[in-house]
Amino acid sequence: MIKFKEKLSGRIFFALALSSISVLALITVFIVVKGAPMLGAVGGLSWDPEYGEFGIIPMVIGTLAVTLGAAVIGVPVGICCAIFLAEFAPLKMRNIFRPAIQLLAGIPSVVYGFWGLMFIVPFIRDHLGGAGLSILAGSVVLAIMILPTIISISEVALLSLPPHYKTGSLALGLTHWQTIYHLMLPAAKSGIMAAVILGIGRAVGETMAVILVLGNAVAIPDSILSSVRTLTTSIGIEMGYAEGMHQEALFATGIVLFVMIMIINSLAQYVVRKK
Amino acid sequence: MNKISIERLNFFYKDKQVIRDLSLEIEANKILSVFGPSNSGITTFLRSLNRLYDLVPEARMEGLILLDGKDIHAKDVSLTELRRRVGMVFDVPTPLPLSIFDNVAYGPRLGGVKSRAKLMETVEEALRMAALWDEVQNRLDIPAMSLSGGQQQRLCVARVLALKPEVVLLDRPCSGLDPISTAKIEESLCELKKRFTIVIAPHNVQQAGRISDRAAFMLSGELVEEDSAQMIFSNPKNSRTNDYITGRFG
Ligand SMILES: Nc1ncnc2c1ncn2[C@@H]1O[C@H](COP(=O)(O)OP(=O)(O)OP(=O)(O)O)[C@@H](O)[C@H]1O
Ligand SMILES: [Mg+2]
Repeated sequence: MIKFKEKLSGRIFFALALSSISVLALITVFIVVKGAPMLGAVGGLSWDPEYGEFGIIPMVIGTLAVTLGAAVIGVPVGICCAIFLAEFAPLKMRNIFRPAIQLLAGIPSVVYGFWGLMFIVPFIRDHLGGAGLSILAGSVVLAIMILPTIISISEVALLSLPPHYKTGSLALGLTHWQTIYHLMLPAAKSGIMAAVILGIGRAVGETMAVILVLGNAVAIPDSILSSVRTLTTSIGIEMGYAEGMHQEALFATGIVLFVMIMIINSLAQYVVRKK
Repeated sequence: MNKISIERLNFFYKDKQVIRDLSLEIEANKILSVFGPSNSGITTFLRSLNRLYDLVPEARMEGLILLDGKDIHAKDVSLTELRRRVGMVFDVPTPLPLSIFDNVAYGPRLGGVKSRAKLMETVEEALRMAALWDEVQNRLDIPAMSLSGGQQQRLCVARVLALKPEVVLLDRPCSGLDPISTAKIEESLCELKKRFTIVIAPHNVQQAGRISDRAAFMLSGELVEEDSAQMIFSNPKNSRTNDYITGRFG
């Protein structure tokens, strides 16, 4: 009887696992089938569906620009926060900060976008010029959104180092900062890299937060104050009404995005394993 | 003047007293063994001499520790300098995640030695003193973690010696080592005392007998007696010391 139960529950779990995997596979196949016919046609510089132009290069550049901006702002801040929490924050402060950061990760992304629209965009417009709807605005909003990922994973990487690294280094007369900089950060390198890559992956795939603050102009940007459109926002804006080739081009956009995120995530896996 | 003078040292973790009223003079260029049963506070005592317990928030110390006549808790004492002058080897090997060379060069390099040649010289000298040079001279750039436990421990000794300290604290440097590595370390210690003052928590009473000039017996945080090693191990004044070294308790 017991043996039967064991077998049965094993089967049930297997079936559940299989079904979730097959849903994933189905989605992938669906996107590929729908997008594949247009995949060859999306390499151009100009996107104008009404006139049959389906180049997504401006969106690729937009995505890269906004993501890079988010990384430039978010990564140093995130790593510094992680160092502070792991090494300097008193226990009480840590116990307040940690759940607060988790909470930050739970805020719906449209709220970040809305906040960016209310505060970041006008700030840029008033102080730096332009419309405010810009790469810079998108980068700031995304940087804040990826902070929780970067902070929590880097912090774990630092805290899981053997304690004797630190004691040993301090016993050799190094200062706390020297120990962090020359020993702990290099030793936690792979974990921190993974944190950064996962954060970037999140930024690449984000739609709602940036749709509100980028201005969504389809053009190759000439400064960080230019309005751009990302791959995700392009799909988000047009999928609702697109038909025919236009729709297929959006699916092809999806394939490109999918591949980009797959590459980023496998990079993260690779970095963690290499350790 | 003695190298280190300790006056009425009391040590607490939170409310728990770990060292009671300990006063002790440590002579320069001698090997002092501090021995006793487990949980006597020996590690705590050693770590208090270079203020490593500063890392433990709930630790508290009373009393006076003088290094060359100067209070190590004085405001103008630099912790960095203190820990370079009073080096420490821990009771488990603690190699850093670096190459053999960098483990030894780490302290001097960050202490300001920049020239590669000078570093190389320091590293070689330190590894020779720790009786490890012959075994590793051809593979200085492999990770220290790939050495055997005994080699790692000697590397940790070398790492401390490379700082050119004045006092070397060794907390059971031979626990977990085979007799040959142990013999090597003991041999180098007798050589090293010409240049350094050594305070060691020995592996056992026999080891204390083999290597020490002076010996101190600690029990439950109290210093029971301190004397020349010869006296302690042949003719201790205190009966508790006698009981311990003859193996009647502990
Ligand atoms: N970081 C710490 N926090 C709280 N209590 C501690 C800490 N370190 C040591 N103690 C306590 O201090 C007492 C003495 O410990 P210590 O390590 O100095 O003993 P020891 O003589 O070195 O023992 P052993 O021979 O086992 O190494 C122990 O009861 C231990 O529980
Ligand atoms: Mg101990």
